[in-house]
Amino acid sequence: MGAGHAHPLYRAGTSGVHGLPPQCKLVAVVAFVFAVVATPQEQMWAFGLYALLLAFVAAFARVPPGFVLRRMAIELPFVAFALLLPFVAHGPRIEVLGVGLSHSGLWSAWNILAKASLGAVAMILVGATTEPRALLLGLERLRMPALLTQIATFMLRYLDVIVGEMRRMRVARASRGFEARGFRDVTVLARSVAALFLRSYERGERVYLAMLSRGYDGRMPVLNEGTATVRQWTAAAVLPGAAALIAVASWILAP
Amino acid sequence: MRCVHVPNGFFDAPVSIGAGVVAAAGIGLCLKGARRELDDRTAPLAGLTAAFIFAAQMINFPVGAGTSGHLMGGALAAILVGPYTGVLCISVVLLVQTFFADGGVTAYGINVTLMGIVSVAVGYGIFRLLMAVLPKNRSSVTIASFSGALVSVPASALAFVGLFALGGTADLSLGAVATAMISVHVLIGIGEGVITAVTVGSIAAVRPDLVHGVTLTPAAPLQLRNDADLPVDTPAAGGVSA
Repeated sequence: MGAGHAHPLYRAGTSGVHGLPPQCKLVAVVAFVFAVVATPQEQMWAFGLYALLLAFVAAFARVPPGFVLRRMAIELPFVAFALLLPFVAHGPRIEVLGVGLSHSGLWSAWNILAKASLGAVAMILVGATTEPRALLLGLERLRMPALLTQIATFMLRYLDVIVGEMRRMRVARASRGFEARGFRDVTVLARSVAALFLRSYERGERVYLAMLSRGYDGRMPVLNEGTATVRQWTAAAVLPGAAALIAVASWILAP
Repeated sequence: MRCVHVPNGFFDAPVSIGAGVVAAAGIGLCLKGARRELDDRTAPLAGLTAAFIFAAQMINFPVGAGTSGHLMGGALAAILVGPYTGVLCISVVLLVQTFFADGGVTAYGINVTLMGIVSVAVGYGIFRLLMAVLPKNRSSVTIASFSGALVSVPASALAFVGLFALGGTADLSLGAVATAMISVHVLIGIGEGVITAVTVGSIAAVRPDLVHGVTLTPAAPLQLRNDADLPVDTPAAGGVSA
């Protein structure tokens, strides 16, 4: 443990976006995503503008487009589902290259793809400019119950340890000639899961004892209040503010 | 065959907000309940269990025909650390996955409601119900955790269909969605049930105190045998295990 445990999601930097307090970024991203979700799907131009806004933020934070695109791969299973929609949805059909596609299904696919992708990119940008630990601090400053953020903090702190343990078990299985082939091998894997749980849980018990011996009384000490200034809130409000204007405009222009 | 987290834009705003309120109330209740289950130890133990669930979801299980699935872990977590702590662990896993852009910010409440609250309530409820009527031994634990995990997955799919009827944005017939979701999730549930049952069974063999809320009758105590019980003319061992 110690330094150098940053998550691959995070890209260290010194831009203005990196410097904003995490709670401002969290409020901004949630407000932005709500504006996107509230936009009527027929107003395609609005989604283009949202994408442009995010591109500006990415450029300002010096997050390269390739990084964002690679992270978008997490969305792929859902893209497959969305692409299926025009074929299975109801309503009047239109001919596209000789295939009958549902009109409303096409709209639904577009709606889900556009909104899910914009939300994912916004969250990737927050993750790229904020360490996971800082995100949890931000949530705590936004009055999220302290116990919940503590659990999340412990999870993040020990995630690499547990995943490393899991990898070593996989290497151990493989070096004994194990290869998961069929359903019958599930029992072997499930026993590994059991061992992994026992190791994690017992590590938790040891961590708790170590904390007790250092004076833990159920609360973590707050080292830094980290209140954001009005200027920082204003800076963070630029993106959701612009998005809100676009959303309102799209509602006014909607037929 | 992967469980996909609901992203932004799949459900309309009222359903997303409603599910968010349900999730917030559920998490609030579980924070109180977890304090009862674990008191001061909640944060480290629930945190490590959440890390375990996150890691266990990365293991791919072959389920036949070249496809593989992974554990969702709601029922497993509830059986091992208790229902309240279980919901908290799943919620925290989902929260961290939201940071990784897996699952939408506005759909977080829906994801917590479906995969946390519903699957834990159903899975753990069935587990406890069966354990109340079955004899208190290891094979009953296996049967009860198999059934709990098996039903928890289609139950949360059913809840998804219910939410879809209230405010899905895609224009699909409800019957088709229900049939597809539930038939697929019964299959996923069988896998989840087998994995959960074997996992809980092997944990019960080593640490029976970790099967939550159930005191198992201990197996036959270990017997000490002295030299008099052994056959007299044992051939000399190879000197390896002296």
